[in-house]
Amino acid sequence: MVRKPAAKQSTSNVSKDELLKYYRDMLLIRRFEEKAGQLYGMGLIGGFCHLYIGQEAVVVGLEAAAKEGDKRITSYRDHGHMLACGMDARGVMAELTGREGGYSKGKGGSMHMFSKEKHFYGGHGIVGAQVPLGAGLAFADKYLGNDNVTFTYFGDGASNQGQVYETYNMAELWELPVIFVIENNQYAMGTSMKRSTKSTTLFGRGEAFGIPGEQVDGMDVLAVKAAGEKAVAHCRAGKGPYILEVMTYRYRGHSMSDPAKYRTREEVQKMRDERDAIEHVRELLLQGNHATEDDLKAIDKEIKDIVNDSAEFAKESPEPALDELWTDIYAAETSAETTA
Amino acid sequence: MATEILMPALSPTMEEGTLAKWLVKEGDTVKSGDILAEIETDKATMEFEAVDEGIVGRLLVAEGTQGVKVNTAIAVLVEEGESADAAPAPKAEAAAPSAAEPAPAPAQAAAPSAPAPDQSPDWPEGTPMKTMTVREALREAMTEEMERDETVFIMGEEVGEYQGAYKISQGLLEKFGPRRVVDTPISEMGFAGIGTGASWGGLRPIVEFMTFNFAMQAIDHILNSAAKTLYMSGGQMGSPMVFRGPNGAAARVGAQHSQDYAAWYAQIPGLKVVMPYSAADAKGLLKTAIRDNNPVVFLENEILYGRSFEVPDMDDFTIPFGKAKIVRPGKDVTIVSFGIGMTHALDAAEKLAEDGIEAEVIDLRTLRPIDYATVIESVQRTNRCVTVEEGFPVCSIGNHLSAYIMENAFDYLDAPVINCTGKDVPMPYAANLEKHALITAPEVVEAVKKVTYR
Repeated sequence: MVRKPAAKQSTSNVSKDELLKYYRDMLLIRRFEEKAGQLYGMGLIGGFCHLYIGQEAVVVGLEAAAKEGDKRITSYRDHGHMLACGMDARGVMAELTGREGGYSKGKGGSMHMFSKEKHFYGGHGIVGAQVPLGAGLAFADKYLGNDNVTFTYFGDGASNQGQVYETYNMAELWELPVIFVIENNQYAMGTSMKRSTKSTTLFGRGEAFGIPGEQVDGMDVLAVKAAGEKAVAHCRAGKGPYILEVMTYRYRGHSMSDPAKYRTREEVQKMRDERDAIEHVRELLLQGNHATEDDLKAIDKEIKDIVNDSAEFAKESPEPALDELWTDIYAAETSAETTA
Repeated sequence: MATEILMPALSPTMEEGTLAKWLVKEGDTVKSGDILAEIETDKATMEFEAVDEGIVGRLLVAEGTQGVKVNTAIAVLVEEGESADAAPAPKAEAAAPSAAEPAPAPAQAAAPSAPAPDQSPDWPEGTPMKTMTVREALREAMTEEMERDETVFIMGEEVGEYQGAYKISQGLLEKFGPRRVVDTPISEMGFAGIGTGASWGGLRPIVEFMTFNFAMQAIDHILNSAAKTLYMSGGQMGSPMVFRGPNGAAARVGAQHSQDYAAWYAQIPGLKVVMPYSAADAKGLLKTAIRDNNPVVFLENEILYGRSFEVPDMDDFTIPFGKAKIVRPGKDVTIVSFGIGMTHALDAAEKLAEDGIEAEVIDLRTLRPIDYATVIESVQRTNRCVTVEEGFPVCSIGNHLSAYIMENAFDYLDAPVINCTGKDVPMPYAANLEKHALITAPEVVEAVKKVTYR
C-alpha cells in the first residue's frame, strides 16, 4: 500500500474523542452500506440503491460543524446523511427493505426517507430538485428569525441542472442561510466531469451570483469540518449562502446496476489505497497514540454489531399492513389559528 | 466461520444471470471491495465485489455457467485455517417477500355513491351581501388569511411592487411589507421549489404563478416535491401551501398562453384542486385552501377576474372542499361544469328555459375532491347529463364524470352523457378561429337537445 502520509496534518486542535467519533461515524456508514449492498444482492432490497461508500468524510465532517436545529436535505444517495445526523440504523435499513419499521413505514424506500425529529428533509429522487427545496427550508428559518442553517447536498451531476442557478440567484438575493454542498465524486452516473462541462471548478459558478465558495478535500474529514465551520459562520452571521465543492470519490457504482465501464478498476483501487478517508483517520488515531489497534478493533466490532442488528431488524420487521396503501395521502385538513 | 457467497441480484429486475468470469481462484485471500467475478445480466456485464474478508474456499459454479438463479451459492468463503468443507449446508436466505397478495379495494379513493349530497347553504340566510369582483374577492381572502396567520406569505413574479400582474395582490406589499410579499425573479421552477421547502420549514406559502402556463416549468415541484412528500415520509411531513394563478384561455394570446390544466392536476393524489367560478366561491375556497394542510392547486381565470358577484359580508367566510353547488335547479337535464365553463353552462340554461327545457346546473367548484354525490343525485332525477369545460377533450374532467356516472347511475340514464369541451387543437390566434376552438353556449344547448331528444 502506498498511502499518502498523514503525518503532516495538524491534529492539535482536534481532541481524541472527536477523532474517535469521526472514525466511528464513517465506519458505521461504510459497514452499513456494505450490508445494504449484500441485502440487495439477496433480493431483500429492491429498486434503486445508491451506496455512499468512499464519500463518508463529507457528511461526517459537515455534521461536525452543525448544531441542533440545523437542517439537511440531499439526493437519492442519502443513507450516509441519515446515519451521520443521528437517524437510527434500524429505521434506515428497514426502509430499504420496505418494512413497517422503516422511517417512512416502507412507503418511501432508499431514495425517499425523512426524519422531522433529526431535521432530515429527504431523500429526493429527482436530480437537483433538493436544491431549491433546501433553499426554501433556509427561507423559512430566516422568515422565522432563528439562526439555523440548511445543508443542501447535491452532486456534480446535479450541478448542471438549471434550477440550481435559479436557486443560487434567489438565495444570494435574499441572503438565505443555506450551505450548498456539492459532493463532487467526479461522475454523474457514468458521465465524468470532463465529458459534461468545460468548467474546471463547480464552486466557482457561484461567483456569477455573488456567492463565495471553495473547494475542499473531501477525503479528509478534518478539512471538511474546517470548511464547514467557515461556511456555517458565514451563514449564521446573516451573510447569505456559501458553496462548498467537496472533492470526493464513490467506490461503488452509481446504483447497484452499474456496469462500471466508464472508469478503470485501477482508478478506483488507487483511490481506495491512497486516499481512503477512514484509513486516514485510523492512521491519525494510531500515530497520535489516541488509540491502539485493539481499541480500533473493539470499535469495528461495535459497528459490525449495530449493522448486523439493523439488518436483522430490517429482515424481521413485517411488511406494512395493506391498509397503509391508503394512509398519508392527505394531512388533517386545516391549520390551527395562529393569529399574527 | 465459512460463509456462502450467493449469486447477487445486480438490477431491480434480475432473476438469473451468467457467471461470465471468476477473477479469484480457490485459496485466494480477499477483502471487502475486491472484485470476485464478472456477472452478465440482461443489461450489462457487472463486477461483483466481496463484502466480507476471507479465503476463497471453493468455487461452486464454474465460469461460463448460464442461467444461475439469484441467491444460488456460487462460492464458499472460509477463514484462515478453516477447511472449505466446513461450509454450512446451502440454505436460501429468507427471500424477499412476494407481493402476490392482492391489495384491498380502494376504500375511499373513488367516493362511494352512498352518502347523501350536502346542499346546505354556503352562508346563513339573511346574511348581508356585497358586490365585488373575483379579483377583489381573492385579494380579500389573502388579506384576511395573512392577518390571521403570521406564517402565511405570498411569493411570485410581480406580486409586490408591480401590485400583481393581474392586480390580485394589489396593496398587499404596503400592508404586509416585503418579508411577507416576496417579489421573485422569473424562475418558476426555482421559486416553486423554494416555496415547497418553506412549507416544510413551518410556513404556509401562497405561490403565485403569473399564469399556470408558466407553472409547466415548475410542475415537477408541484407533483414530485409538494404532492408526494406526505406519503413518502410515512406521514411525517406534508406541504401546507397554495399554488395559484390564472388558468385557461384569456383572449387572443395564442397556444402557449391558453390552456386549461384542470384535468392534469386533478389526476394527482396528494394534491387538492380548486377551480372557482363566482367571487363568493373564490373567496371562501381560497381561505379554505390557505388553511388546508395539503398542497392546493387553485386555478383562477383571467376573464373572470373582473366579473362582479354577490359575496356574503361576514366574518370568516369559508367554503369546504368537495362540496358542489347547484347553481340553478332544474328537472330535465343535469349540466355539470366548473370555472369559466359555468358561464357557458348558465347561458345555455337560460336559452334552454326559453325552449321549455329546465336544466339543473351544478358547479363542481373543487375537482379533487369531487362531489360525486351531488352529481349522481341530480342525474338520478334528471336522467340526462352534459358536462362543460374549456379544456381539451381527451382525458377531460367530463370523461371522468361520464365513466363515474356510467358505473354508478347507469340504470338512471336515458341518454349517453355528452362532454362539451374545448376543441382538440392548440389555441389559434385569429379571432374567429379562437372563438371556434373554445366551448360556447350554443354547443351546450345543442348537446342538451341531443340528450333530451328534442
